Amino acid sequence: MTENLEPIKPKDLGINDVDFYEVDQTPTVGFFGHMRGFWVTFSTMFKKPLTVEYPEVKAPTEERFHGRHQLNRHPDGLEKCIGCELCAWACPADAIYVEGENNTEENRMSPGERYGKVYQINYLRCVFCGLCIEACPTRALTMTNEYELADDSRAKLIFEKADLLAPLRAGMLMPPHPMYPDMNDTNYYKGDVKQAHPSQELDK
Amino acid sequence: MTTAQLIGSDPGWLILVKALIVFAVCVLLTLMSVWGERRIVARMQQRPGPNRVGPFGLIQSLADGVKLALKEDIIPTAADKIVFIIAPIISATTCFMSFAVIPITGEVTMFGRQTAMQLTDIPVGVLYILAVASVGVYGIVLAGWSSGSTYPLLGGLRSSAQVISYEIAMGLSLVAVFIYAGSMSTSDIVAAQTSWWYAVVLFPSFAIFAISMVGETNRAPFDLAEAEGELVGGFHTEYSSLKFALFFLAEYVNIVTVSALATTLFLGGYHAPPGLGFTENWLGGWFTAIWFLLKVVTFFFVFVWLRGTLPRLRYDQFMQFGWKVLIPVSILWILVVATLRVLTLENASTAIVVAFASTVIFIILAINVGFENVKKKKDAEVPEGDNKSEPSFAVPSLPTLPIEISTINVSKNSGGNRD
Repeated sequence: MTENLEPIKPKDLGINDVDFYEVDQTPTVGFFGHMRGFWVTFSTMFKKPLTVEYPEVKAPTEERFHGRHQLNRHPDGLEKCIGCELCAWACPADAIYVEGENNTEENRMSPGERYGKVYQINYLRCVFCGLCIEACPTRALTMTNEYELADDSRAKLIFEKADLLAPLRAGMLMPPHPMYPDMNDTNYYKGDVKQAHPSQELDK
Repeated sequence: MTTAQLIGSDPGWLILVKALIVFAVCVLLTLMSVWGERRIVARMQQRPGPNRVGPFGLIQSLADGVKLALKEDIIPTAADKIVFIIAPIISATTCFMSFAVIPITGEVTMFGRQTAMQLTDIPVGVLYILAVASVGVYGIVLAGWSSGSTYPLLGGLRSSAQVISYEIAMGLSLVAVFIYAGSMSTSDIVAAQTSWWYAVVLFPSFAIFAISMVGETNRAPFDLAEAEGELVGGFHTEYSSLKFALFFLAEYVNIVTVSALATTLFLGGYHAPPGLGFTENWLGGWFTAIWFLLKVVTFFFVFVWLRGTLPRLRYDQFMQFGWKVLIPVSILWILVVATLRVLTLENASTAIVVAFASTVIFIILAINVGFENVKKKKDAEVPEGDNKSEPSFAVPSLPTLPIEISTINVSKNSGGNRD
């Protein structure tokens, strides 16, 4: 056919000039082949539905599911956040706002120099990518598996520090309070502090 | 005493009560069937289906109805307002009307009067149903036309073409029933099926009717009129609120009606299945209504099953199937049935009947073999290796595009003839 090749004008081109190949047709399935389709739907009726009936039944998430954030504490109750703002800088969606403040002897929220005074995460912006968790130098910020983040106003979806802080567990004291005796921030970082010391309790 | 005579002596108040009962049954069946369909289809897809409103989600359709009624009723600016409003009313009313001649029970006592649960019995009952169904098509056509919008117009066109062509096949499939029952009245046809159901005796008719009733009701796999992927909502795209609810109602009442008609004509209506004839006297005859409803529900289940299983047909294939398969087959079948019937009525000997029947079977087999041969020949004719044969369907020419000619490796001669 090559000798027939000659330039053709675009207007002469029809759909038939474009190569097409016949698709291999599967052999006809016959009557029982058609009936098999009906059997599929019929037998499915007697199987257990796969639906998770959500509000009543909550299927557990994957272990490392990216849910709501949490600001962790040291075992004695002091906050891990040092107000460095690395999470805020790492955030691609600009969802995190941090204001740091100096710790003083009277008002110590975290071991070391600084603590996060204001900590906000805007869940209208957050994309749950987890870059903030990667950025955090003290593991102050981690993510929980909590996924029920819906509300009826924009303001309610900006979570403040109080909303994000991990609860006090056994052996923890509510900051502000002094550091564990004879321990510095490096000890805290290394995990030498296991629980609060009675001397850390502030006089009422 | 025939049912016609039995019903004929009904006083006016009883007729009113019956009309109410028929209407209530229709509406109730419809509400239940909407729920049932959703539940069954859901189970076929391994979902639970609606289960929120009421026990097992039973009153879901009621809630949907209320929701629809409370929605804003929009009439498009381009719509023909009067026709736009009338169309759903036509659709909804006509489908209720056909239920009037469906016999629901045999002879029963109702408020101390011997009667049958059938609103009216006219000598041409089945024709009446067909006529009413045809009027119902107006609802669809007018809805599509009056919307002043393209999709509804196309949807309306499609469904009217569909309903009209499948009505022919449906009507033809009924002829055999008329010939055998010797009547067009629904109650007479039911009475004629005391020993043998016509689904068995006239199986080809039953098959054709079963197929065409799916086409007639615009149901999957023949739901081309509301092919979501192609036509948005079809003829009711522009409808909202109560008017949409009326179309929705009409569709399901239609399914129930057609199922009831199929039950009446082919499955022995309110008669008990063979071997259970003694149940017909239970509850003073009212037990027959249960048999009737059971049969209707079975048909309805098949409707749902079809929807859950089959994909939608292509429009041209669908029309081809209707005109080139269903109608010729039913005409041939009528010829055979009519001849057999005449032979029986003329007291022809069994030998002649058997001879005729075997001749028919022989001819059918011969046609089938011939058809297969032609098909094989056609398949063999396709030359091996030549992939550039012309497509068998009509192809519009491409618009002139800035095509790089060098990229298309074709010769002019190999191109198809595009005239």
